[in-house]
Amino acid sequence: MKQIGILLSILILALGSVCAQDTKPAMESAVQPDAATPFITLATTTSTENSGLLAYLNPLFTKETGIDVRVVAKGTGAALESARNGDADIVMVHSLRDEEKFVADGFGLKRLPLMHNDFILVGPESDPARIKGLTITDAFKKLADSKQPFVSRGDNSGTHVKEIEIWESISIKPEGDWYLSIGQGMSKALIMAGEKTGYTLADRGTFLSMQDKIPLKILSEGAPILANPYSIIVVNPDKHPHVKVDQAKKYAEWLLSEKGQKAIEGFKVAGQTLFFPDNLK
Amino acid sequence: MIPSDPIAGAIRVSLEVSIVSLALAALPGIGSGLALGIERFRGRGALVSILYTALAFPTVVVGLFVYFLLSRSGPFGSLGLLYTKTAMVIGQTILIAPILSTFTLSAVKRLDPALTLTARSLGASRLRLYLTLAREARFGILAALIASFGRAISEVGVSMILGGNIAGHTRTMTTVIALEHDKGQFREAMILGALLLAISLCINIGFHVLQRDSEHRDD
Repeated sequence: MKQIGILLSILILALGSVCAQDTKPAMESAVQPDAATPFITLATTTSTENSGLLAYLNPLFTKETGIDVRVVAKGTGAALESARNGDADIVMVHSLRDEEKFVADGFGLKRLPLMHNDFILVGPESDPARIKGLTITDAFKKLADSKQPFVSRGDNSGTHVKEIEIWESISIKPEGDWYLSIGQGMSKALIMAGEKTGYTLADRGTFLSMQDKIPLKILSEGAPILANPYSIIVVNPDKHPHVKVDQAKKYAEWLLSEKGQKAIEGFKVAGQTLFFPDNLK
Repeated sequence: MIPSDPIAGAIRVSLEVSIVSLALAALPGIGSGLALGIERFRGRGALVSILYTALAFPTVVVGLFVYFLLSRSGPFGSLGLLYTKTAMVIGQTILIAPILSTFTLSAVKRLDPALTLTARSLGASRLRLYLTLAREARFGILAALIASFGRAISEVGVSMILGGNIAGHTRTMTTVIALEHDKGQFREAMILGALLLAISLCINIGFHVLQRDSEHRDD
């Protein structure tokens, strides 16, 4: 009997620690001081966050509407996955195939083209694989032959998906010591490519925002396959009724309005526009 | 340089989450440690083994585990707790409770066994016995609190996965350091790292003074 009592008391103590969070209103308010401010959760990619775009755009929106935008930045794959799980109200991503599937599966309302930039192949100035000026597919072929270090995002991000698309288009399966799949964000990939005097595929926005920190140069650019369109998709409330669909729509509408689009166009790093609006007449 | 406001915010979130977690984990952690030191019951050995194993739980595993519970698609999804400080508190509480428990247990085990016998023979109630042993083992328990706080404020896995590193809401010292490193802002990351160290140092000095004080009172 005694032993059961002790076990129970341990259990109760353990449970108490969990319940304390629900029962103590004072504690609750200490933990969430701003629960009253309306907010939406935006799941997005590392490029929009790391480039500083969202830190520039969102305060403008919040000032106008009083709606706070909480940004959770992951790769496109992870961002869409958390939206599928209902953990975001809206997504801002860049992987057309995944986005179309996301909408077709009923998780998103409509894919709204927001802005674009493009992907570029960057590498060391010495360019040991001799790919400068080649088209992107020729450059990738030569990279695979030369076995120079290539840093792959490896995180199902929009950039990673694009990289796979390019490898697939030339029927090469990148493997070996030279192919480094790192599973990390764009900036990290650029830094690692710089450290390894290697190559990587990057979105132009992140590269421009970091180019003074890394010893890399643009070696191939401009092919149609390198287009990098970003879209926003409001999460479908039919799948997740708790989604703040009205506020999320407001955010989408603002981004697509002339004001939002001009703000995107006006966001510059080192004098260069990083993202080009898609909805500006 | 990074503007100082976001840094102040990150420091506040770090301290807030770690302190609340410590407060929540303290009673069950220390209580269970005392119970394991005093009582003998079936399954005690197994429980102790589990608790010691829990000391080595990677923070990302705890984060992932709680993530699945709190995600909208998980069993507690309707509470809408993912990406909040509350979620981080839950994760950190789970992370540090075993530290409190095992440290307290080993502090109690180091005490003179005659103490328990004497207290019992003098007719001390169970509560009295617990309080006496807690008092005698207070240095060990204080060490447990320090270690737990250290683990909570320095961890990044739970904060990143459960908090989501949302600027101004769930961005902590450690997640902002990870982010600055991510962005290649090594200088900023280093400055923040030094700041985190300084804060931890101040808090540990505070604990130390506390420990010394109680020592003097004893003499």
